[in-house]
Amino acid sequence: MDIIDTKSMSKDDILRLLDRASTIGPSDALSGRVLGLLFFEPSTRTRMSFDAAVKRLGGDTVDMGSVDSSSVQKGETLADTVRVVEGYADALVLRHPREGAPRLASQFVDVPVINAGDGAGHHPTQTLLDLYTVRENVDASLGDLHVGIMGDLKYGRTVHSLALALAKFGARVTFVSPPSLRVPENVRTELERAGVEFDEVEVIDGIVGSLDVLYATRIQKERFPDEKEYEKVAGEYRVTTETLESARDDLVLMHPLPRVDEIAPGVDETEHAHYFEQAHNGVPVRMAVLDTVM
Amino acid sequence: MEELKIRPIRNGTVVDHIPRGQALNVLRVLGVDSSTRDVVSVAMNVPSDAMGRKDIVKVEDTEIDSTEADVIALIAPDATVNVVRDYEVREKYQVSMPDEIRGVLSCPNPNCITNSREPVETVFDVRDGEMRCDFCGTVLGDEIADHLV
Ligand SMILES: [Zn+2]
Repeated sequence: MDIIDTKSMSKDDILRLLDRASTIGPSDALSGRVLGLLFFEPSTRTRMSFDAAVKRLGGDTVDMGSVDSSSVQKGETLADTVRVVEGYADALVLRHPREGAPRLASQFVDVPVINAGDGAGHHPTQTLLDLYTVRENVDASLGDLHVGIMGDLKYGRTVHSLALALAKFGARVTFVSPPSLRVPENVRTELERAGVEFDEVEVIDGIVGSLDVLYATRIQKERFPDEKEYEKVAGEYRVTTETLESARDDLVLMHPLPRVDEIAPGVDETEHAHYFEQAHNGVPVRMAVLDTVM
Repeated sequence: MEELKIRPIRNGTVVDHIPRGQALNVLRVLGVDSSTRDVVSVAMNVPSDAMGRKDIVKVEDTEIDSTEADVIALIAPDATVNVVRDYEVREKYQVSMPDEIRGVLSCPNPNCITNSREPVETVFDVRDGEMRCDFCGTVLGDEIADHLV
């Protein structure tokens, strides 16, 4: 079984993994098993999280290392790289700058392939850990929810997958962004087709009171033509204790981390702050994934 | 018989009812290019009762089976394919949209893994009249002719 995207997973598949994640603990379940880590672009956190997950299950990792020190540098195709590494490992975790790379890899190897991010495509274990965090804190059914997703909705791949996944469970989604960072047309079409109830606003003030979850995303400086424009947008979409004044007490604030200025440090002390817990949830969720596929 | 506007062929395939302007793209879909040894005739802007004007393509000594022919449906949804043997039409079929298109189209997403030098054929899933890259999910719109491999 490969984990390529959450889109092609059924509700039951997703719930089964999340159920497993909530009960899984350290064990020797993967003793003697080896996980291959192939990161064609840097993502230290995701790599560490997978590394921790497999080790807590008694398994181990082999790591391709950075691209500039590997055969990829010598012009090897991905198809060749994965066929070689398949011989060293019982499953492969792949992060790659090109969309569709995990699908390609899965066609060349027999061991399970786990997508850890493919360009602007998918990052299913991130989506799963996001859902897991919502589930543990708000609603186990993931259904009767109002979720605000705020910030860079144009380039933020994690939010597209998250919105589509929430849609499977019937949650209502409100997108909050400046016009320049709106959800792209093709994603909107996809959401409409999936029957997602969603709306779009430019400011959060009017809706914050009705939200169960506010998911803030990273706003990347390099997406803006100049620094001033970035600072203006970053300022308007920064979550502060004032932003949350009209929020319900049980509003869950999430962020995929690392943050830059999207959440003021003062918010960390409030009960709304769940983003560090969210990051920690990557470990049980990835343990559940590995335990299922390996 | 409109087909007689080009001389009849003894053996081969005639693709008729191609929308005007698409004849050369039909040849591309069929993989016919300047390296071919077959006799190929192309008629463009032929008057047609049903279509106003249409294109026709004839490839001699080559038989196109229905799977190959279905790929023509991408650009010529009403095309008919006639397989000719000894001056007689022996098989005749209407093209129909395939469920999957392999190796014929390139992905419009420049960052798709299929646009790097990997040893794979492109695959597009056809659903609801839309072609979606099986690798990266990008939808190919009206620009099909620009993405013929
Ligand atoms: Zn593609």
